[in-house]
Amino acid sequence: MAAIITVKVQREPFDVSAETAALTRGSTAVGAVVTFTGICRGDENGEPIAALTLEHYPGMAEAEIEGHVAEAAQRWPLIGATVIHRFGRLVPGEDIMMVATASSHRAAAFAAADFLMDYLKTRAPFWKQVEKASGDTGREKIWVEAKADDDAAAARWAKPGRSDQAAE
Amino acid sequence: MAIKLRYFAWVRERVGKPDEEIELPAGIATIGELMTWLAGRGEEYAYAFENPKIIRAAIDRSHVKPQAAIAGAREIAFFPPMTGG
Repeated sequence: MAAIITVKVQREPFDVSAETAALTRGSTAVGAVVTFTGICRGDENGEPIAALTLEHYPGMAEAEIEGHVAEAAQRWPLIGATVIHRFGRLVPGEDIMMVATASSHRAAAFAAADFLMDYLKTRAPFWKQVEKASGDTGREKIWVEAKADDDAAAARWAKPGRSDQAAE
Repeated sequence: MAIKLRYFAWVRERVGKPDEEIELPAGIATIGELMTWLAGRGEEYAYAFENPKIIRAAIDRSHVKPQAAIAGAREIAFFPPMTGG
């Protein structure tokens, strides 16, 4: 049976418990659910921040995430997967995004969630800008730089002979 | 051939606009060539594309490499490495 896939890109907050419940409702085949929630921290590189603004590429963001979820469902025996990513201005403590994967056993659920997070960080068209909490000249805004660690994390999932999937 | 260009994050800020329509000049066949041509369009473009190696591109909402051919493209986007998640 094909996995039940839900992908949402939205400004509004989401409810992890409700999304997780929706993922497993009506199925007695699910034996494992892994959820990951990315949360806006109160600091960036040790400096306090007032807010985080996420810019995204409408249309491509959804398509890119859907493509990766479909690939995860091909690589692991998933019963369902949900990815929600927010955009707009978020303050520390707010949820940024979530991934939930459901499978019969935990190994597939963990692996698929890990794979999805690594790919979303390097391939989903979102950009974070931090608004510093302090500063003499008003609130300085700085674009977050991509981390080499994230590229390395995504590269470990690339299949031999499919260099198009590797992070550049 | 008219193409829509879209810019995101600091590429958008440096260029000074989120999108524009351009007529693709003859002889520009790849994403890399387009970036070089754009860099020559003025100070703001030169600043945005001063280091093309770190800029990512998408053709019709799919990631592409600098050597990708742009024939037939309707929308081309330029942006920094992604930092979502």
